[in-house]
Amino acid sequence: MNKPLRRVAIFCGLLVLALLVRVNWVQFVQGDALKNDPHNRRVAIERYSIPRGNIIVDGKAITGYTTTDSGDFKYKRTYKNGKMWAPVTGYASQAFDANQLEKLNDDILTGTDDRLFFSRTVDMFTGSKQKGGNVVTTLDAKAQKAAFQGLGHQKGAVAAINPETGAILALASTPSYDPSTFAGMSNKDSEAYNGLQKKNNPDEPMLNRALRQTYPPGSTFKVVTASAALQNGLYDDVDSSTRSPLPYTLPDTSGVELKNEGNIPCKNASLREALRVSCNTVFGKISADLGNKKMKAEAEKFGFNNPDINTPVRASESIFPEDNRPQNAMAGIGQASNRATPLQMAMVASAVANGGKLMKPYMVDQLVAPNLNVVQQHTPKEMSEPLSPENAQKVQSMMETVVKSGTGTNAQIPGVTVGGKTGTAQHGEDNKDNPYAWFISYAKTDKGTPVAVAVVIEGSDTLRDDIAGGRLAAPIAKHVMQAVLEGEK
Amino acid sequence: MSSTTNTTTIGTIGAPSRRNTELAMLIFAVLIPVFAYINVGLAKTGSVPAGVLGYSLGLGLLAGVAHLVVRKWAPYADPLMLPIATLLNGMGLIFIWRLDQEPTLGKAMAPNQLMWSTLGVAFFLAILIFLKDHRVLQRYTYISMVVALVLLVAPMFFPGVNGAKIWITIPGLGSLQPGEFAKIIIAVFFAGYLMVKRDALALASRRFMGLYLPRGRDLGPILVIWALSLMILVFETDLGTSLLFFGLFVVMLYVATERTSWIVFGLLLSAGGAVAVATFESHVQTRVHNWLNPLELLNGGVTETAQAMYAFGSGGILGSGLGQGYSRLILGIAPKSDYILATVGEEIGLAGLMATLMLYGLLIERGIRTALAARDPFGKLLAIGLSGAFALQVFVVAGGVTGLIPLTGMTMPFLAQGGSSVIANWALVAILLRISDTARRPAPAPAPSTDAEMTQVVRP
Repeated sequence: MNKPLRRVAIFCGLLVLALLVRVNWVQFVQGDALKNDPHNRRVAIERYSIPRGNIIVDGKAITGYTTTDSGDFKYKRTYKNGKMWAPVTGYASQAFDANQLEKLNDDILTGTDDRLFFSRTVDMFTGSKQKGGNVVTTLDAKAQKAAFQGLGHQKGAVAAINPETGAILALASTPSYDPSTFAGMSNKDSEAYNGLQKKNNPDEPMLNRALRQTYPPGSTFKVVTASAALQNGLYDDVDSSTRSPLPYTLPDTSGVELKNEGNIPCKNASLREALRVSCNTVFGKISADLGNKKMKAEAEKFGFNNPDINTPVRASESIFPEDNRPQNAMAGIGQASNRATPLQMAMVASAVANGGKLMKPYMVDQLVAPNLNVVQQHTPKEMSEPLSPENAQKVQSMMETVVKSGTGTNAQIPGVTVGGKTGTAQHGEDNKDNPYAWFISYAKTDKGTPVAVAVVIEGSDTLRDDIAGGRLAAPIAKHVMQAVLEGEK
Repeated sequence: MSSTTNTTTIGTIGAPSRRNTELAMLIFAVLIPVFAYINVGLAKTGSVPAGVLGYSLGLGLLAGVAHLVVRKWAPYADPLMLPIATLLNGMGLIFIWRLDQEPTLGKAMAPNQLMWSTLGVAFFLAILIFLKDHRVLQRYTYISMVVALVLLVAPMFFPGVNGAKIWITIPGLGSLQPGEFAKIIIAVFFAGYLMVKRDALALASRRFMGLYLPRGRDLGPILVIWALSLMILVFETDLGTSLLFFGLFVVMLYVATERTSWIVFGLLLSAGGAVAVATFESHVQTRVHNWLNPLELLNGGVTETAQAMYAFGSGGILGSGLGQGYSRLILGIAPKSDYILATVGEEIGLAGLMATLMLYGLLIERGIRTALAARDPFGKLLAIGLSGAFALQVFVVAGGVTGLIPLTGMTMPFLAQGGSSVIANWALVAILLRISDTARRPAPAPAPSTDAEMTQVVRP
């Protein structure tokens, strides 16, 4: 009976061996994948087991943490003035994960980034508690405040950029939400979160309008059209006649007229005059004359049709469409299928203000380890050059005229050169919805050009003409620019 | 049984008793859980737990008494089995106590488990004291069969728990898992039956397509057992128990008859049975589905199977440390019983889990070694039956929890919470110790033979 006994012994040995191989497979080979599986709650438990690092604006943290006694999670995120900063920070919630900067820089904020290995090791040996690193943003607290307060109860967004570096100075979106209200995981947090969802709140407070919402840019797009005309040599002199008819019939149509807002002097107007009073006819004709290809190419130099504008929070793609002639003419005045984010229009203003060079927009300046060592430093990068320096000068002088004596007088700042462009974008079927009021501008001093800004306000129910952009959006832009200029002094 | 080939494994004559080895091992087997207990306390509350003195004394006393009884009543027994069982049981208590600290996992179970362990050790001692010779069990072959059948069938008349009907509920006393005891009793029956019938099964067969087909009347019992195991599976939805009994019978048949064809028959029949049952039994289908898709989300939530896998993965090589894991995320009562290995894997890591499995492996192989050393066929068969049942149970549970095979509702011997289990396994070890004591006992000195003296007389 001993031979089968020995075989049974081997068989039992194989059973145990199979178990040993299996546990090695699960715990060693698959171990890391299982450990870091997003559904593994330990990932979240670990994430909230140390104080999360902060997001910094102007040297001050706009985030914080508090300890919670209930549940698995020890630390909870808090926000200072969360509503104002929500479009910048995004949220970090125990129950609902995170988004935007909180999500993108999660490794740094939770201290698990590989680049923090040294700092973690030192902490381990010195016995000090592990902490998360910080994210230092480029934002300007005063500009952000001006933008947020300027928008007030209106639905809209503001994006402000430093044209020389591409640093984002303000990023406001209203109505907004306070990420603190659902940072935890209680029923109250769920209620707060659900109440903010689109299906329960048609105002969509959690939509980041400055980066993630596209609007028809309306007349503000005429800056791009004017740039295309100059860059392609359609016109040289901004003060000579553009030989534009009035009324102007859209190409390839049987007598569909492109109308101006009101009775404005657009017949044969110069580029400067056309931009000053915002002639649809002149710019529609320019777009038609240049053709879809050239218009599209110029728009793309300004950042349109680019799905990869990461600040690092990704901005939605702004669209200048490939289209037939009449639609292309409409797109030239920022209507039809033309779509832009507020950030995109701020980029347009900034490229003009920066002598034709478009800098890559960014809002994270530094990633800092818990011991304050800089882990990553942003260096400004040029994205493209949509205008030659000479043509940039010409477009600047035109935009400055708009503010001096055109539709944008509400943006004037004493002692500062301000260039701008208003816009009132029609939308909805047969343009029956309330139009969007736009304003893009930049401010120049003798020391440089520290700010370009774009403002959009949805549902301006008052005027359906270009004055709406100047009346509603320009004052906000003015306050944002002033806030930045004051900081410069 | 040829006595010329087995002497290399264990010398049958003059083997040292190894009682002092056992004592040294037992000291480790008591100290390790005591340190683990202190470790859990330090991790959970930052201070040495208040119960540590009582626990150390209790465990030390149990081990000490067991050792003394073995020294007196089974002096030549295998020296490793008692320390391994003590260590596993001690660590099981620590893990259950550690899981008791988690309020989400229900009421504390460690005190009860300690009581059951004490009862188990008492049972162990009783067997060693009163069962002077394992061959006595041979007399109860057919009674064992009846008792085993009654125990197996009884749970059918009681309500199921968590989808499996493997419990007998006695109002006021609690519940009992008769399958655990049945596995020992049925091994006794098989050993007795096969010892008598093995020649008939091995020799009276016709050769057919390279296999030895036994006669119908000899084949009868295996078919009956096969059908019975399937019935248990179907009516009690207990995959583990049916696999255990069927595997046990095939192994014992194989050892008794030395015919490989039994293994082939066994595999064919069990495969056929498993497929047949899996096609119409939804409970089994769910288990197989969970096994194939361990990380699947059900109703948007993470399943128990996935939680166990996450626990193993998060433990990694060295584990999170005792008391510092999150195996409580495997909700319900299972973390303390079926899934206790997940806690082991998470908190003492791959290293600890492998050590635990090696302990089981060692205990199994010591049991098989006892079978090899035993000098009577009944003892051999009983020892291999008990060790085989133990091995199958360890494999089925550990394989199920780690996702090697579909999960079945059985308990990890000694480690898992459960009164029936711990008592039955102590009894199992006691019987193995009794057999090994008999096997290793030095043969009595040969009686002086008068004939021998005669032959030396030189004829004049």
